[in-house]
Amino acid sequence: MQSESMQLCIQTRNLNLWYGQFQALKDVNIDVRHGLITSLIGPSGCGKTTLLRCFNRINERFSYVRTKGEIKVLGKNIYDPDVSLIELRKSVGMVFQRPNPVPISVYENIVFGLRIHNRFGVFQKNQLDEIVEKSLIEVGLWKDLKDRLKVKATSLQLEQQQKLCIARLLPLKPEVILMDEPCSALDVEGTRAIEDLMYNLRGHYTIVIVTHNMAQARRTSDECIFMLLGEKIEHDRTENLFLNPRDPRTAEYIEGRYG
Amino acid sequence: MADAIDPATRFAKTDFVIRKERIQAISKALFLIMVVIMIIPLLSIIAYLVYHAMPSLNWEFLIEAPKKGMSEGGIWPAFVGTLYLVVISLAIAAPIGVFAAIYLNEYAKENWFNRIIHLAVINLAGVPSIVHALFGLGAFVYAAQFGYSIISASLTLAIMTLPVIIASTREALASVPASFREACWNVGATRWQTIRAIVLPNSISGILTGIILQVSRAAGETAPIMFTGAVFYKAVARGELFPYYLNEQCMALSMHLYTISTQVPNVKESIPYATAVVLLCSVLVVNASAIALRVWLRNHKKW
Ligand SMILES: Nc1ncnc2c1ncn2[C@@H]1O[C@H](COP(=O)(O)OP(=O)(O)OP(=O)(O)O)[C@@H](O)[C@H]1O
Ligand SMILES: [Mg+2]
Repeated sequence: MQSESMQLCIQTRNLNLWYGQFQALKDVNIDVRHGLITSLIGPSGCGKTTLLRCFNRINERFSYVRTKGEIKVLGKNIYDPDVSLIELRKSVGMVFQRPNPVPISVYENIVFGLRIHNRFGVFQKNQLDEIVEKSLIEVGLWKDLKDRLKVKATSLQLEQQQKLCIARLLPLKPEVILMDEPCSALDVEGTRAIEDLMYNLRGHYTIVIVTHNMAQARRTSDECIFMLLGEKIEHDRTENLFLNPRDPRTAEYIEGRYG
Repeated sequence: MADAIDPATRFAKTDFVIRKERIQAISKALFLIMVVIMIIPLLSIIAYLVYHAMPSLNWEFLIEAPKKGMSEGGIWPAFVGTLYLVVISLAIAAPIGVFAAIYLNEYAKENWFNRIIHLAVINLAGVPSIVHALFGLGAFVYAAQFGYSIISASLTLAIMTLPVIIASTREALASVPASFREACWNVGATRWQTIRAIVLPNSISGILTGIILQVSRAAGETAPIMFTGAVFYKAVARGELFPYYLNEQCMALSMHLYTISTQVPNVKESIPYATAVVLLCSVLVVNASAIALRVWLRNHKKW
């Protein structure tokens, strides 16, 4: 890897994960750098989603999941006993494959996080309005939705819903945004909109994106991680990984010999 | 921004988090208490019944006929009577209910007529059993001239359970995802092929649960059969398997329990409790076998 001048945001050390008897992650060691967009690629079932869901410990909701190893987010091992899941998930937000806005109004979707993380009455109405406006501007929805803040979020177009799902993370000022195939339910236009949005968010947040779309990984990410059968095979700057893959398996995959 | 915080204290619990966790723990405890509050009376009812029934709980009690004006002896005639009523009423109600529900859910178009039927079914399911009893008396005993008989009582019970079976079956069918059906239709399956291959196998346990719950209801109701075909007493030999003709009246457990608890003097103290325990156990056995059947069906699901 290149100079260590840039700070590391997520580090995993010998991360192993089992679903019951099945081992989904095998000794994964990765270093995700702060403020960059890192993409995770690999064939279906190689453990991309599983790895992503480790970063905010969502996997634990299944009782049969067992994890071993260390994950440091911003220097802190998130499996330490003094880590609060609530605070962790506030800092590490997630965007899912299918847009999943909460079935309440657009406005309430965005202030939902603030409401649950603050005592009642901390924010004035006008402060909330401001935050909603700022978040919607940041994801480029403000022009479309400023007159429709009261409509139900689930009635929006898919692309708008997905942007809203990103917007609702922003008021909490997360450090990391995890995206699991955020564009796979969207058309070309929607995909481009989300990619533009990611580009604008770059630098402010550390973004990890899982994608099946090799072109998307190339377009959007600074660094790229290739996984196979639960193992990290290669991690490099995106252009290096695509132009000069070091591992033959990576080369085969990006040339499309298996997928 | 990121290096402003000491990594060691990152994601530590804030005061507000601690407060939220406390509220969370309290609400969890509250719900748990409700579970306990719900379970305690259940268990104590069972314990109370079994404790008082102990002196009479034996094989003889089940297969013996009542003696000395029903103040002693067993409950065989009532037990068999209940068996008759439940089996016949469900043999009528279950197929009609399930098939009707299949039609309503899988074939009928979504229009005002269908909605009215749906509304009617839901409302009928909530009608008190005494109303069904009155209807049974008028329709089966008098109009159809079946007289006071097992057949009248079973039909009345069937009418009573039918709407609930339809409603629960529809619910079970509706819980099968529409995408399963679409997948079938898109390879050119007819509606019936889809129902047989996909919808029924995936909803059978829900359908069975709905029917089984009605077994307990049919076994426990007193009013409908009292009006249409159950009697206080009928002479039946010990352990006789087919003591009744369908055009005769019969004894039934629920009715028998009512009679010996309120109408007959000097009944041996443990007999009413033992009767209740038998009623309870029969329902339990039926429910348990339904669960067993469901497990079996799930493991052999290849029809
Ligand atoms: N909840 C679960 N229970 C058991 N096994 C699971 C579970 N989730 C995933 N797996 C298994 O773990 C492996 C990795 O799954 P994962 O979803 O992380 O793959 P992925 O790389 O995200 O695949 P895809 O590209 O299809 O989304 C797969 O073999 C999968 O079958
Ligand atoms: Mg995945």
